[in-house]
Amino acid sequence: MSDKKARPNRSFDKSLWVFHVNTGSCNGCDIEILAALTPRYDVERFGIKLVGSPRHADALLVTGPVSREMVDKLKRFYEQVPDPKVVIVVGSCGISGGVFHESYDLVGPVDRIIPVDVYVPGCPPRPEAIIDGVVKAWMKLERLRGENK
Amino acid sequence: MNESYTIPIGPLHPAIHEPITLKLEVSGERIVGVDVFCSQVHRGIEWIGMNRNNAIQSIYLAERVCGICNICHPLCMVQAIEKAAEIEVPERAEYIRTIMAELERIHSHLLWAGVAAHEIGFDTVFHYTWALRENVMDLIEYLTGNRVTKAIMMIGGVRRDIKEEGAKKIKEGMKFYLENFKKIEEIYLHDPTIKMRTRDVGILTKEDALKLCAVGPTARASGVPKDVRQDFPYAAYGDYGVKAITPDVYNGEVHGDVFDRIIVRLLEVKQSVDIINWVLDNMPSGPLLAEKNLVKLKIRLKKAEGEGIGRVEAPRGEDIHYVRLKAGEEPFLSWKIRAPTYNNVLPWIPMLLGGQIADVPIVAASTDPCMSCLNRVTVVDTDKKKEFEITKEYMHELSVRKTRRLMRNGR
Repeated sequence: MSDKKARPNRSFDKSLWVFHVNTGSCNGCDIEILAALTPRYDVERFGIKLVGSPRHADALLVTGPVSREMVDKLKRFYEQVPDPKVVIVVGSCGISGGVFHESYDLVGPVDRIIPVDVYVPGCPPRPEAIIDGVVKAWMKLERLRGENK
Repeated sequence: MNESYTIPIGPLHPAIHEPITLKLEVSGERIVGVDVFCSQVHRGIEWIGMNRNNAIQSIYLAERVCGICNICHPLCMVQAIEKAAEIEVPERAEYIRTIMAELERIHSHLLWAGVAAHEIGFDTVFHYTWALRENVMDLIEYLTGNRVTKAIMMIGGVRRDIKEEGAKKIKEGMKFYLENFKKIEEIYLHDPTIKMRTRDVGILTKEDALKLCAVGPTARASGVPKDVRQDFPYAAYGDYGVKAITPDVYNGEVHGDVFDRIIVRLLEVKQSVDIINWVLDNMPSGPLLAEKNLVKLKIRLKKAEGEGIGRVEAPRGEDIHYVRLKAGEEPFLSWKIRAPTYNNVLPWIPMLLGGQIADVPIVAASTDPCMSCLNRVTVVDTDKKKEFEITKEYMHELSVRKTRRLMRNGR
C-alpha cells in the first residue's frame, strides 16, 4: 500500500462484507477477529461484517497455515468470491508458516495458493491491527472498483 | 414414502466456525444418522514438537495447539515434563498458574456463552457477553503482556510475577464479574427464548456420557461429577478443594441437555471467580522458578530420562499430555496430546440423533468444540530411527500401487 494519499473516501457508500476461512489456525486469530466485531472495537458500525457464504463477500479473510486438507477448499472459496475482491491474511502462520513452518502437513503459506493483498502479522495480531489491515484492503478494493468503472 | 437424504455440513460452515465435516442423514426434518469427519486442520504439532531443538522451545508451540486454551496446553505439557525430569515447582508459581488457568476459564466460558447465543440467533446477547469478556482480556493483557497467547508457563514455574498492583487489579476485575453475574444469570437462565431453544435439546444421558468418555462441562451437565481439579488436583486446587459442578446444584435436576450445559458453564464462571479470590488471599511468597538459569535447566532436561503425564482441567474438559524424555537427547522422544474435544466429538452422535437440522449448530456448539485442538498427528516410528508420516497423497499412492499389483498378479 504505497499510495499515501489513498483514503477510504468513497468507502462508506458500500459496506464491506467479509468471509472468514480458517485453514488450520489455532483459533487465536479467529477469536481476535470476532473480538474486532464485538462492542469494544465494533467494526460492524462501519458496515463490516462476517457473512456465511463466499458468494456474498467482498473480501476473504484467511487465517492459518493451510493444511493439506484445506488447499483445494481454499482455492474454491477464492474462486467463489465475486470480483473485484481482496484477500487479507491474518496471523504469522498464514504469512510464513510461523510456528508450524516445518510441519509436513503444510502446503501454505497462503500466498502460495491464492494471491494475497494484505498481510496482518502477529501471533495473534491485536484487533487494532486486524482493523488496520481491513482498512488497507478496503482502500485497495476501492481502487480496483475505480479501475473497473 | 420413507426416503432419507444426506446433508453435508462443513468443512467450513458459518455456524461451526472451524473446519469439521458432519454428514447428517435426514428423513424429513429428523436426523436419523450422523457421521463426523475430522482432521481438516491437522498441523502435525506433536511431530514438530519432537523435532524442535529442546523442550523449552516446545512450550511456545504448545501454546499454539489452541488459541483459546493457551494456558492449559502449556501447563499440561510443563507438568508432564516436570514429572519426567523430577523438577519441583515452587509454591508461588503453582498459585500463579492457578490464577492464570482460572482467568482463562472465565474468558473461555464467556466466549462460549456468546457463541451459543449467536448460534440460536440471539446476537444481542452475543455482543453483550463479548463486551463483558473484554474486561478479563484486559486483565490478562495487564498480567502477561498479551491478550490471547499468554506466554507465562515455564518448565519449573512461571515467567511473570503478580505484583501488588496486579493483585489489586485482579480483585477489581473479579468484583466486576460478581456484580455482573446476576445479569448474565438472568439473561441465560431465565430468558424464555434461550430456554425454549435449549431445554431438552441435544440430550446426552449419563450412561452415554460415561460410555463415550465425555469430559468437562459436557460430562458434568449429564450428571457425571468429573473434574480433574477435584479428582486429581494439580497447582493450587488441592489447597482450595474444588467441587465438580453438576446442574442439580442449581435446580436439583439433571436433564443432560444444552440448557444444563449452559448452567454448568455459568456456575463455573462464578466458581472461577471464587477460586481466584481465594488464591489471591492465600498467595505464598517465594521464588517463581525452580531453576532460573536457562542453561542449567537445559542441561538438567538433557540428562533427564523418563516419562510423565500432565492432566489439566481445561475449560472444555480434561486435557492430557504425555511426554517421554531420553537422556542425552534434548527434544522429546515422544509427545502425545489428548485434547478434550477429542472425547467430546463422539457424544455429538447421540445428541444429534432424533433431533432437528435446525438444532445442529447449537448442539454442536454446546460441547464447545475446538477443532484446532482436535486435529493433530499420526507418527509412525520405525526401528531405523526414521520417522514416517502417512499423508493422504502417500496413502493414495500406496493404494494405486496395490491396485496395479493386484491387476498384474491377477492376469
